[in-house]
Amino acid sequence: MTMETLNIALPKGRLGEKVYELFQAAGYDCPALLEPNRKLIFENEAAAVRYFWAKPSDVAIYVERGAADIGVAGKDILMEYTPDVYELLDLGLGRCRMCVAGFAGFRDDGARTLRVATKFPNITRDYYAAQSRPIDIIHLNGSIELAPIVGLSDVIVDIVETGKTLLENGLAPLAEVAPISARLIANKARFKFVGERIDTLCRRIAAIREQECSK
Amino acid sequence: MTGTIPPAEQLAAQLRALYQRYGFKHYRVSKFEEYDLYARNKRFLTSPHILTFSDTNGRLMALKPDITLSIINNTRDDDRTRKVWYTENVYRVPRGGSGFQEIMQAGLEMLGAVDLYAMGEVLMLAARSLEAVSPRYVLELSHMGILTGVLDTLAVPAGAAEAILAAFEAKNAHGLASVCAGAGVDAADAALLERLCRLSGPARSAVKKLLALPLPPAAKQAAVELDQLTGLLTLFGPYNATVDLSLINDTDYYNGLLFRGYVDGVAAPVLTGGRYDSLIHRMGKRGGAIGFAVYLNELERFLAQPAAQDVDTLLVYGPGDDPAAVIAAVQAEIAQGRTVRAQLAGGTAVTYGRCIRPDGKEMT
Repeated sequence: MTMETLNIALPKGRLGEKVYELFQAAGYDCPALLEPNRKLIFENEAAAVRYFWAKPSDVAIYVERGAADIGVAGKDILMEYTPDVYELLDLGLGRCRMCVAGFAGFRDDGARTLRVATKFPNITRDYYAAQSRPIDIIHLNGSIELAPIVGLSDVIVDIVETGKTLLENGLAPLAEVAPISARLIANKARFKFVGERIDTLCRRIAAIREQECSK
Repeated sequence: MTGTIPPAEQLAAQLRALYQRYGFKHYRVSKFEEYDLYARNKRFLTSPHILTFSDTNGRLMALKPDITLSIINNTRDDDRTRKVWYTENVYRVPRGGSGFQEIMQAGLEMLGAVDLYAMGEVLMLAARSLEAVSPRYVLELSHMGILTGVLDTLAVPAGAAEAILAAFEAKNAHGLASVCAGAGVDAADAALLERLCRLSGPARSAVKKLLALPLPPAAKQAAVELDQLTGLLTLFGPYNATVDLSLINDTDYYNGLLFRGYVDGVAAPVLTGGRYDSLIHRMGKRGGAIGFAVYLNELERFLAQPAAQDVDTLLVYGPGDDPAAVIAAVQAEIAQGRTVRAQLAGGTAVTYGRCIRPDGKEMT
């Protein structure tokens, strides 16, 4: 019996390339993926896998809606959009932190509604709701660090990788909201029919990650 | 033949016949209900959004986002057991959607004395409902009593319990381990939770594995019930069921057996159901309750292949043609089992298999 093809959505960019290397090492290679062309979908019939690149924030939508059986998405996206998918593996790639940041030494005395600028309104709302802190969310789409500098907000909630951008602008991480890394996700319905293949893939990738971490 | 009864309606008719064979009675509900019913049970609903309007007497009404709540609300609290089925439209925002949709669903509910046989029968009807859609289906079973039975012995803070449930539902074993570590759950209990989270597979073998685990008494009792039910289901005939304990639901409403149905080719569950005694008790009624809904809207795309053409035959006649000849030609096509559209030359454009004149001659 022929194996059913597994549809895999990868996030475009550096993280996606690293993820593909991991999949390749686990035996799910697809040489066409690295060819310089404008194709959108890449298939290796022998390995029964079909890959496509998607905008990182869209990967979870492709998986939730079943256009992809599995995919790789950042924990920030999963926390923000809470897609109804299985989160099967922490790939440990693209590690960073979701942080509250502001001017170093900023003190929230609780006397006023806190103005928070962010690309992640849901994560921000949940974080401050857990602390019973009233906030005014200012939803921005980019250059979040600018907000406190020009007085648009008191603090920001954003992803911090090295903290260099913050530092260069006189800002600093004030509190960690959550650690972030790339996660392997699966469509729940498809998992009922190709679950064994997905489990095997997860086991192989987890073994490679363990080897890499123990080096 | 082009243009027969839509497949979703055919399926609804098949399900109706199936439920009636087992003595379930038709239940009709109106399209709206007092808003208060849903406001009090908002977490039972799959979406918090409700379409509301004011009635002539000023009461706030809602277009039904759910049928189960209405059936319970409109059922008298007595010792009688009710078995009902319905096919109704509900109005809600689907998960991931950005606006209200009219969603057609069929389902059944049993209220009153719900024993092992009753649960087995409902499960069997769920399996047969899925079978009516496609032979490639999976009925996934779980039991709320297993996870709650374990969690009750751990005495973790409410926030941590919520995080454990969320990780469990996402099969997020790494997240589960981290929440357990943060909440001070001891290693053996954390390992048990992780094994339960990963436990899935064909029903009978998965239940066997489940019974071999060191479960606390309440969880064990739930596992035994799942064992009895999967055994009972076998007696009804062949079925395709799996057990997956990551299937959970709100503990304030659901207290026992839970199940979901999937069909290969549809990216979302097409059937959900379970035992919801806690809900009817919250609504001040006695007894037990079990039921399920089949989401016919999820199946629309799966069942209906796009029609290649609007009609099989286009019959074109002119102003001078004898109407009797047109009638005869139309009836001849119908008698052949073909769909036919008769129209004056130059009428609305449709796609068709062949085009004829009233004398039967084909036109190009």
